[in-house]
Amino acid sequence: MADATFPAQLQYTVEHEWLDGSDPAVVGITSTAAEALGDIVYLELPAVGDDITAGTVIGEIESTKSVSELYSPVTGTVVAVNDAAVDDPSLVNSDPFGEGWLLKVDVSEVGPVLTAEEYQAQVGA
Amino acid sequence: MTTSVETPDDAATTEPRHTPLHDEHVALGATLTEFGGWLMPLRYASDLAEHRAVRSAAGLFDLSHMGEIRLRGPEAGTALDVALVGWLSQVQPGRARYSMITNEFGEVIDDLVVYRLADDDFMVVANASNAPVVARELVSRAAPFDVEVTDESEATALIAVQGPLAEQIVTGLAAGDADKVRALRYYASVPATVAGVEALVARTGYTGEDGFELFVPADHAVALWRSLLGTGAEDGLVPAGLSARDSLRLEAGMPLYGHELDLTTTPYDAGLGRVVRLDKTTDDGAVLDFVGRAALASRRASEPARVLVGLGAAGRRAAREGDHVVVRGHVPQIVVGTVTSGAPSPTLGHAIAMAYVTPEVSAVGSELAVDVRGREEPMEVVELPFYRRPEKA
Repeated sequence: MADATFPAQLQYTVEHEWLDGSDPAVVGITSTAAEALGDIVYLELPAVGDDITAGTVIGEIESTKSVSELYSPVTGTVVAVNDAAVDDPSLVNSDPFGEGWLLKVDVSEVGPVLTAEEYQAQVGA
Repeated sequence: MTTSVETPDDAATTEPRHTPLHDEHVALGATLTEFGGWLMPLRYASDLAEHRAVRSAAGLFDLSHMGEIRLRGPEAGTALDVALVGWLSQVQPGRARYSMITNEFGEVIDDLVVYRLADDDFMVVANASNAPVVARELVSRAAPFDVEVTDESEATALIAVQGPLAEQIVTGLAAGDADKVRALRYYASVPATVAGVEALVARTGYTGEDGFELFVPADHAVALWRSLLGTGAEDGLVPAGLSARDSLRLEAGMPLYGHELDLTTTPYDAGLGRVVRLDKTTDDGAVLDFVGRAALASRRASEPARVLVGLGAAGRRAAREGDHVVVRGHVPQIVVGTVTSGAPSPTLGHAIAMAYVTPEVSAVGSELAVDVRGREEPMEVVELPFYRRPEKA
């Protein structure tokens, strides 16, 4: 991951989630998180209509070796879930910032976030 | 996200050691992890692809972190009969046996594979993290006998080729020794030259597939590794890391020291009482007193407090080590056991686990649940192994 680069237009959390600035906001996990897990085989995500709170656990991401909890970077209401990624979690490994997105959220409040540069510094990439 | 990686579960505080194949792993882009005091490949690219390659074609593993302890001398067999729970002096030269070394309380210090190479020559293969203590115990337990105990771990590299195409790949490099290798039975070994390297070739493994383990001098490891990788690639052989090794052995229902076995378990707890030979005798027919015998004899005669079982789930949400096994749907929770290993099974497509549970709930078909991070997942006791390889056509 020494040459990892993180899309500059996204915001990041210390728990390795990203969100974009659109409305509704798209949420996913970073390439660093996906890489650390290994091949992802199972996603458990909140349902459309669920109210979620920034900083709380809203799902789980499993590989054969590990399991990670997904923390919500925002407070708001889930308006879409990436069913394609639920069906084929390898999308999160192959394209974590694109096809492997997880949720779309109608945001009422954004939690603590980092810029791409700050996140990059944190993960030491 | 917070990530909990199940292994490595190693407490070494010193710099991890490198195997003779370390530079190969780095060149192949492996993700490395500390395990048992060694820096080992966790995966090269995709742990799932590595797992599937072993089930469908072949995988290449560096197992040079394992310990090899040699016992040579006229009383080598007798010394092992006293030191281990098995009856090793009965093993024929050229054959191997799965065994264990316990303390005087019958608690497992390590599980081992013991190869009898000749009448007076045995090789004990120990887990990496336990190799030093096993070597020390063998030296001390063998002291009264006419046998020389040597820890050859440093000088020995171990490379495994596992999978349905393993025989084809290894014999393809064995030239004049191909027939010897092909004729090997499961849990047998033979000296053979593979890719020009003199190896001890054993038909053993830890994946549930057919396969070979090749013990070679450390300074020949790179040459053998490269030959196997070069030749095997066209058959679909890929290098495979510890992540795949763990998911493969779990599907095969094989215990991993530090998970299913440790100093709080006896072989009987783990359902491996068959390796304990309370019936072994000396040459003159007297009962042979081995380390742990009295405790194990009494343990065998009593009802076990817990037994190791396999658990299968309908879904992929996996129980992990340390999760509690509970009575399904009961409020408040009634804990009946603890998970020792668990993962979503790549081959079966659903979550599997091994767990110690109380005997009352241990029957196959018993409908239990596991408290997985605060939410119950229904699980059922199933037969081990979870996966059995198809019969050879």
